[in-house]
Amino acid sequence: MTPKIELIGISKRFGRKVVLDELNLSVMPGESLVVIGGSGTGKSVMLKCILGLLRPDEGQVLVDGQDVTRLRGRARTAYRSRFGMLFQGGALFDSLSVWRNITFAMTQGRRGNARQRDLAIELLQKVGLDAAVADLRPSELSGGMQKRVALARAIAAKPEIIFFDEPTTGLDPIRADVINDLIVSLVRDLGITALTITHDMASARKIAHRVAMLYNGKIIWDGPRDLIHSSGNPYVDQFVNGRAEGPIKTGQLVR
Amino acid sequence: MQTLLKDLLSVLIRIGSVVLAGLGAVGRLAQFTGRAVGRAVLPPYYPARLVEQMLIIGYFSLPVVGLTALFTGAALAQQIFVGGSRFNAESTVPAVTVIAIVRELGPVLGGLMVAGRVSSAMAAELGTMRVTEQIDALTTLRTDPYQYLIAPRLLAALIVMPLLVLVSNVIGVFGGYLIGTERLGFNAANYLSITSQYLEGDDVTSSMVKAAVFGFIIALMGCYNGFHSSGGAAGVGRATTNAVVSAFILILLANLIITVLVFGS
Ligand SMILES: Nc1ncnc2c1ncn2[C@@H]1O[C@H](COP(=O)(O)OP(=O)(O)O)[C@@H](O)[C@H]1O
Ligand SMILES: [Mg+2]
Repeated sequence: MTPKIELIGISKRFGRKVVLDELNLSVMPGESLVVIGGSGTGKSVMLKCILGLLRPDEGQVLVDGQDVTRLRGRARTAYRSRFGMLFQGGALFDSLSVWRNITFAMTQGRRGNARQRDLAIELLQKVGLDAAVADLRPSELSGGMQKRVALARAIAAKPEIIFFDEPTTGLDPIRADVINDLIVSLVRDLGITALTITHDMASARKIAHRVAMLYNGKIIWDGPRDLIHSSGNPYVDQFVNGRAEGPIKTGQLVR
Repeated sequence: MQTLLKDLLSVLIRIGSVVLAGLGAVGRLAQFTGRAVGRAVLPPYYPARLVEQMLIIGYFSLPVVGLTALFTGAALAQQIFVGGSRFNAESTVPAVTVIAIVRELGPVLGGLMVAGRVSSAMAAELGTMRVTEQIDALTTLRTDPYQYLIAPRLLAALIVMPLLVLVSNVIGVFGGYLIGTERLGFNAANYLSITSQYLEGDDVTSSMVKAAVFGFIIALMGCYNGFHSSGGAAGVGRATTNAVVSAFILILLANLIITVLVFGS
């Protein structure tokens, strides 16, 4: 089977700093892949390379077997409509109300109608938020609420591939679990392909079919979720058990 | 000898890299401008954004631009009177005031005041959107940030600045008129008739052309610096400062060029 997404030899540098170093990774259709790795190892950069927000210095991104790295103009816009992206910081438009943020993919910043507003409220309920927040501004919400509104925005247009960049960071365990359930149901019931970045091992155990670990610009291990605690890889062991001692030097981890 | 050569070479390399960096910056700005203008003429259009920006740039700048013109026109009339009286040319006050206001001070001071208000605000807003990834989010939601964010701002400034400067010119002349009639003993009807007699169509045209060019510079510097800011809050601060300073310099330079082209021959 052709992978939904395939990264072949992706390298990305910022100045002299090598962030991604000939990285290879693939995600199968309908699969939920979780990528783990220390802060600043380039997980978000990897997502941005796939979306074309950053251009990789080398390598290819294939989606359904087609090279999308050099897409331009209309083709690139059409390509992006297949993706939903939850940004790590939410990235809500602070000049627009919550419901207009959520429906942005449909309204493109124009006024929007009652039907779209209803859709926004429905999505708010899915992410565990009250309909009353629909008319608030993002700045009036807590960080965790913003994250959930951003999640609603990412799934609003029913994309086939969704990237979740730390979806549960900043949420309490109960609300985090609402999000986990939502991601599980998106994958199971709607058949989306999900690529999630997280540090939250409870979340990873719940949503992942497969887990991959990014370290030093490469995927150093990947395997089924059930094997993350018996991977036999000292780096993965140290990370999933949250130990300061081990092959990953904390100086490197933070960089 | 060899160290001398080495030093010379390293100096040359340094000069070269500075020149290249400068050329690179100009190239990036040109590319940005080309893209923004190119996308501004293509659909989709965002009329609501345009109106919003016209209000922010034009309407809300009226008080500050109006007051600037009023005070400057009044001070100018007083100075021309004092200066002119040294060679019995006090009567030139209305004529010199109107020419100085319409040709130079109205557009230049208006441009600088609006740059202070608007370039900085644009840079701060777009810069914040950049560092909080809102611009990336726009792109992933299939909205072209050049069309949605940049084009309305450029167009709004281009349309609104001439109107603003027109108002500012009238207020500036009125400032001179107030001093002239209230303090310097000019007859009101006489002052106005000399004013209209010396004001020519070319003066007004050049004033409007300057205003439009300055409006473009104001929005371009605000957008360019904001759009390319990086490095968190400090980066946004830098972008804001750079936007204002570069808008100021470019406005004064453009003014000189237009003045020489229009009135130099
Ligand atoms: N636009 C950028 N310009 C320069 N450096 C960047 C940029 N984006 C990310 N980086 C750097 O790349 C590294 C990886 O960042 P990121 O992917 O955000 O890490 P994380 O794995 O925590 O998501 C960091 O060291 C960061 O400083
Ligand atoms: Mg990240």
